[in-house]
Order: sequence, then structure tokens, then C-alpha cells
Amino acid sequence: MPGITREEVAHLARLARLELKGEELDHFAGQLDDIIGAVARVSEVADQDVPPTSHPLPLTNVMRADEVRPSLTPEQALSGAPAQEQQRFKVPQILGED
Amino acid sequence: MTVTDLVSYEDALASYDPVMGLEVHVELGTKTKMFCGCSTELKQDANSQTCPVCLGLPGALPVVNEIGVESAIKIGLALNCEIAEWCRFARKNYFYPDMPKNFQTSQYDEPIAYNGYLDVQLEDGEIFRVQIERAHMEEDTGKSTHVGGATGRIQGASHSLLDYNRAGIPLIEIVTKPIEGAGARAPEVAKAYVAELRELIKALGVSEARMEMGQMRCDVNLSLRPNGTETFGTRSETKNVNSLRSVERAARFEIQRHAAVLSSGGTIVQETRHFHEEDGSTTAGRIKDNAEDYRYFPEPDLVPVAPAREWVEELRRGLPELPRLRRKRLKEEWGVSEHDMQSILNAGAVDLIVATTDAGAPSDQARKWWMGELARNANETGRGLDALPITPVQVARVAELVTSGDLNDKLARQVIEGVLAGEGDPDTVVEKRGLKVVSDEGALSTAVDEAIAANAAIADKIRGGKVAAAGALVGAVMKATRGQADAARVRELILEKLGVEG
Repeated sequence: MPGITREEVAHLARLARLELKGEELDHFAGQLDDIIGAVARVSEVADQDVPPTSHPLPLTNVMRADEVRPSLTPEQALSGAPAQEQQRFKVPQILGED
Repeated sequence: MTVTDLVSYEDALASYDPVMGLEVHVELGTKTKMFCGCSTELKQDANSQTCPVCLGLPGALPVVNEIGVESAIKIGLALNCEIAEWCRFARKNYFYPDMPKNFQTSQYDEPIAYNGYLDVQLEDGEIFRVQIERAHMEEDTGKSTHVGGATGRIQGASHSLLDYNRAGIPLIEIVTKPIEGAGARAPEVAKAYVAELRELIKALGVSEARMEMGQMRCDVNLSLRPNGTETFGTRSETKNVNSLRSVERAARFEIQRHAAVLSSGGTIVQETRHFHEEDGSTTAGRIKDNAEDYRYFPEPDLVPVAPAREWVEELRRGLPELPRLRRKRLKEEWGVSEHDMQSILNAGAVDLIVATTDAGAPSDQARKWWMGELARNANETGRGLDALPITPVQVARVAELVTSGDLNDKLARQVIEGVLAGEGDPDTVVEKRGLKVVSDEGALSTAVDEAIAANAAIADKIRGGKVAAAGALVGAVMKATRGQADAARVRELILEKLGVEG
């Protein structure tokens, strides 16, 4: 059973804003198919008595009190930004003209 | 871009039946963000309230805000929802720079509250039940400024600037089930629902829900189906409609636009639309991604939230009286009409009047000042009533001075004017401006004698039995005392001196 098609990889690449060439799509489709196949084997061993889990520890309700903690300074916050302007993160054009 | 042709509202409703879905985002009034301890204070320096968690730096781990969860449960309970015994957060993945993490932490198929309803009252008193699909917890995004294009729009901008102070502020998204059966009243139902929800949120104390400050925002989903059919039409989603009036206008406009498209044989495109405050129109935004494109999956960095039933019941017991029921009770206590109560609500005066009566004023006095003099001032100065520099306790004091006869209405208005001008509390203003009613009988008596002497003809009429003419003499005395006399007492004195029975 094929886990993922070439078209699905192309769609994911678009959502992730990754530009993939034709041969890369084939290459990743094969690799992702292998990975999905391997993960799918887990559901084969998990029976009805094994609930799906999204966290390795059986914890619930880990919460913190609503108390302010010091933030970074704007300089620290922006220190990793490739570009900044007016103390804000500067990002390239998001949309073109209408 | 072509101007959208609309059909008249009446024609649209003659052929089509509107179905609405309303999504309201409420920014909670917590001190800190949903998943980190950064302050949520508004209007601070750009990027001064961020940390590794809300900036999405590698290795940073979120921890959920207890008050955020508590507020969500309170909202759910007040909306008659069931509260999940166990639920998780999910990542909503999308590529847009307003979230530095590249995903928004939200809830997907396990909302904390679901299956509820809110009864809203329409202007004619009819109660309409709006079914609630869900209320879930999520976080707000950062603020984008688009540079280089026309009027700050994203189209044609050369680049954009991001301030992440708002990124991570707790949001509760409240989603209705499809609202059917409202017919021509759909826009009115939409407005009444958002208004009632706002009152509810304020009563719960979980947010100030100021729409003008973006603390509460509404998306209006709307579709039309031919009258008599069941299947929903394709919907449009008008984003960020941020005032009650706009909610009504946006729904109305979309009904007319959809009808125009459909009746000319066109099809509605599923898209987001932008609302324009200036003319009440909407224009096309982006074509909406399918939900699956967000690639939701359970947030692995947060553990599930499983609210204990004891906690939920404790919160249920602590719920305040529902705003609609409270208004009904107050309406009866105050003895006002439905229409007057609606005006009081629209003016934002309910809580102020209650606080004023709590401070000892009779309710008619409290209503009179807040809905009269003070509402006028608020209107003229473009402020909300609650932003006026006068407190309910001060208004109650003015009312007390009127009741005791120390002030008449005219003087009371001057006292209020003084308080609003920052001259101090009512007693200080009375003192400084010398506004006490003239209660010195001697001075008053002299003023009455002078008025009688100066208006002999009128005095004769009164002596002759035309008691109604006394008004002119009262006016003369009031003028002479610059309004500082007790008009009722002046009238008594005049009639006494002229030897007639009042």
C-alpha cells in the first residue's frame, strides 16, 4: 500500500513553501513512503487496549500561575533576526500586487 | 476591481434564506500570555514583551496559564456547554510571519467546551436561541505593519514589520452552530448575539471585551440557500468585523451580495472577505485553505488538560447572574420600559447606574444623570460613559444633595460640570463655586419682595386668582439669585406674600 504519492509531496512542499524539482519530488516521495510505512507498523501491534498517545508521560493539568516573569529586552529578542526596522522583525514581501 | 452589484435586501430575502455562523475571538484579561510568563499589557514598546517561548526559539517549552484554562471553563459554562473531561492542544501549521513558531497553538477536535447555547433578546423582546458548537483555547498572533504599499495594505507592500508583543496572548474562540431560521432578522440576530456575548464575557470578569481595542473580534460566515431548500449554500467568511454595528452591516451586505451573484446565475467562491467600515461593504481576501492544509496534530510540548469535575462544579457555582436575566430584574426594579432599558444598555450605563444606586442614590436619579447630562457629555467628547472622570459615588453624592434640597437641578448640573472639569468631588465644587441653594430665608424674602415690586401687573393677576402666573415671578427670583434658590420654596413665599392659596 503506497503511503504517499508524488502529488501529495508536491502539495506539502507548497504548504511548507519549499521549492522542489521534479527529481526531488520522486526522491522524497520514495523516502517519505518508507518512513510512513515504518510508522504504520506501530498500528499493527497496537491493539484496542492501547490508546493513541501524544505524550510519553502520563501527565495532565501541568499549569502555571498567572504571574508575570521578566521578558527579553527588545534588543535580545531581535538579536537573532536577519533584518530589523523600527525595533520590529523585518520580513520580505508577503503578497505581490493584486 | 469592479463595484459589486447588490440586489435590495427585500428582494434577496424574497428568494433566499440566510444561514450564518459566527466566530468570536475573545482576548482574555490575564496578566500573562497563554503559554509563557510575558506580560499582556497593551501599548508597550514593540517586542518588549517576548521570550524564547512566544518567539518559538528552539528548546523553549510552553506551560499553560491556569487562569486561561479557568476562564475558558467559565465561558463554556456560561454558554451552557459541556466541559471536556480531557482535552489537548493542537498545532495549527501555516506559513505566515505573524507567528514566529510557524504554527498557532490551538485546539482542534478536542475543544474544552462544546454543545451549548446562548439566548439573545431581539429589539422587540423576542428571544432567539443561538446554538454554540464549541469554545476552545488558543493564542493571539503578532501585529504586522506593511510598509511601502498604498495605505498600509499587504498588497504591494515592499516588506512587513512584526511586533510579537501580542503573539501568545490567550484567546478563546467561540463558534456557533449554523444559525438557521432567522430569515430577514439574521443581521439583527448576529448583532444581538455578539452584544449578549460581550455582556456575558464582561460579567464573567474574564475580559473587558472592548471591541474597539480588538479584545473581541467577530468573523461572520454567511451563505444563502433558495427558500424552501435544506442544503447550505457556499459560504463566505468576513473577517475581523469589530463593532456591533459592523456585524449587522456585514451580514446585511453579504446577503445582498450573495443574492446578486446567485440570482444572476453565478457561484459564490469560498473565500475570506474584508469588511470596510467606511461604506459597510466587503471585498475579496484570500481563497481559504482547506482545514487539512493546516496539518493539525496534537501539541507534543503540552500535556492534556483534564479539568476535575469538582473544579468545574465550583466554577459553575461561582457564575454571576446572566446579563439578560439581570437586565430583566433591573428593568423591573427600576420600573422602566423595554425601550429605555435597551437605551441604557446601548449607552453602557447599566453597571454605572447599579453602582450609583449601590452608593445610595434613588434609581430614577441615577438614571437621570447618567442618561442625561453625563451621556450628553460623553457623546460630545467622544468618550464612553465609563471613561468620564466622574465616579458613581460622586453622582450619588450629587443626587443626595438634590434630595436634601441643598442643590436644585440647575445647580446640580453645574456641580457635575465642575467634577468633569477636574475641580474635585461634588462637595469641593459646591464650596469653590459657591453653588448652595439660597436657604437664607431673609435673603430669599427680600428677593421675592423685589420681584413683586418690579412686576406689579403680574402680582395683581396672581392676587386676582391666576396662580399660574406665579411662574413668571419665580423665574424673576431665580434670575436674581442666579439660579441658587429652591424654586419650590420661592413659589411658596410668593403665594404667601400675595395672600393666595397654592
